Amino acid sequence: MSAIDTDTARKVARLARIRVAEDRLPALAAELSGILAFMEQLNEVDVTGVEPMVSVTPMRLKRRADVVADGGRQAAVLANAPEAAEGFFAVPKVVE
Amino acid sequence: MSLSDLTIAAARDGLRRRDFTATELTASCLEAIGQAGALNAFVHLTAERARAMAAAADARLAAGDAPALCGIPLGIKDLFCTEGVESQAGSRILAGFRPPYESTVTRQLWQAGAVMLGKLNMDEFAMGSSNETSCYGPAVNPWRRQGEATPLTPGGSSGGSAAAVAAGLCLGATGTDTGGSIRQPAAFTGIVGLKPTYGRCSRWGIVAFASSLDQAGPMTRTVRDAAIMLAAMAGADPLDSTSAELPVPDFEAALSGDIRGSRIGIPREYRMDGMPAAIGRLWQEGAAMLRDAGAEIVDISLPHTKYALPAYYVIAPAEASSNLARYDGVRYGHRAPLAPGDGIVEMYEKTRAEGFGTEVRRRVMIGTYVLSAGFYDAYYNRARKVRALIRRDFEAAFAAGIDAILTPATPSAAFPLGAMATADPVQMYLNDVFTVTVNLAGLPGIAVPAGLDGEGLPLGLQLIGRPWEEAALLNHADVLERAAGFVSRPAKWW
Repeated sequence: MSAIDTDTARKVARLARIRVAEDRLPALAAELSGILAFMEQLNEVDVTGVEPMVSVTPMRLKRRADVVADGGRQAAVLANAPEAAEGFFAVPKVVE
Repeated sequence: MSLSDLTIAAARDGLRRRDFTATELTASCLEAIGQAGALNAFVHLTAERARAMAAAADARLAAGDAPALCGIPLGIKDLFCTEGVESQAGSRILAGFRPPYESTVTRQLWQAGAVMLGKLNMDEFAMGSSNETSCYGPAVNPWRRQGEATPLTPGGSSGGSAAAVAAGLCLGATGTDTGGSIRQPAAFTGIVGLKPTYGRCSRWGIVAFASSLDQAGPMTRTVRDAAIMLAAMAGADPLDSTSAELPVPDFEAALSGDIRGSRIGIPREYRMDGMPAAIGRLWQEGAAMLRDAGAEIVDISLPHTKYALPAYYVIAPAEASSNLARYDGVRYGHRAPLAPGDGIVEMYEKTRAEGFGTEVRRRVMIGTYVLSAGFYDAYYNRARKVRALIRRDFEAAFAAGIDAILTPATPSAAFPLGAMATADPVQMYLNDVFTVTVNLAGLPGIAVPAGLDGEGLPLGLQLIGRPWEEAALLNHADVLERAAGFVSRPAKWW
């Protein structure tokens, strides 16, 4: 595993949908590399034959009947939207 | 002493004896909050609602129909969604968000008769150990070093909850704990903080940080109060499939004060280099107190302890990067102003860059990286394997007959606000070194105030219990609390 360079930092910011100014990328890359270096300690552990933990307490995922249990609350759902129109969330144009 | 300084247990009994009314008790808290602006603990006050809830509590008390927390004024961490009341998780990105629903934990508290005073300061999305990542500015610790006026951190992320309870602004508060966010601030402010077993309290309506680690719990001035509050917060919830279908015991009734024959483990891996002498001494004294109460002290080993922090700082950011994907400027909260021609991707990127603070952006990007193609196995899956080994360490100790484990709660006392401003992010993460193992293993843990350091600041000890055995854990904590006899309160300067 290697340190994060500026290109990788740019790619990660893009994947995370967080705008990072070009001149901030080297500092971000250095910071992320520092944190990753701390995580490298995990390579010292022998994990042969160990299953990755899925659930911290042994549990079976509960199921419920497949029925409509709630709904009809359009006004409440849209109440906090930065922009809503005609009963929908409104966003900038997505399709050209 | 004013009414707002009462314990929950004493207030409950006083209300039933008609020594005072719920209305008077709530007024006393609102007055204390009004004088404590310098602590920056309450960030959204709900005074009118509190008075109405107190009046309703008085009516129930008069009618002889008073549930457990009837008339008890509480503060609520900003992470809990409260219907119609700002719930921002300490973040700009949720500015103005008023949930149209109530979290299960708070709904249960109101059903038990509790009174909501308002929302409490916290680190943004519960990511921080000093309350300094909050969009409201940091909460301030009511404790100061002897003869100094340097403002200290109340810890984090539940820093506002800790400051408010320690300063007597409310009788108890809710907190949440993903890596130590209840126990570390409790230790820094000389109060009790309990993280229950994962699944004991519903997570529904609590803004998610790391879903496999998050758990809500009480922050109070005594162990008994934590027992009373936990009973109202806990229980199975159809809206959270990870909440446990187990009966909620009478935690308060379990405080027998008898721990004779109990086996207390002292994990050797928790003796850290560079740990302040006062903390090492307190740990030894705590063990001696439990021995004097009839417990057997046993040296144990939890060999993977050293790897808990790096595993945590892979798993928690990974889950956070997924959970925080929902903050996109579409359905709630902040949306960045757009330039002409900006499309939806620019909207996402600008909104998240503006809305999230530095630490949240950092963790979302770390999480994105460790989950990205090519690194998933090397980081995320490896961390989940190490997590399994950490849990196994505890299982082996419990299988060998250990009933509870005693450790320090934090590697230091409260530090000055701003002290970590130029430090490497990893330095701040080290605050969680004694608490984070408990979240990774899903266990219950409690911080109990046990003494003061040489500068007059409170220090806490942590007890770790078996899964689902909060009742026994609280009983051990109660014995430790009595033996330590910690009764100090911060001298009022605010």
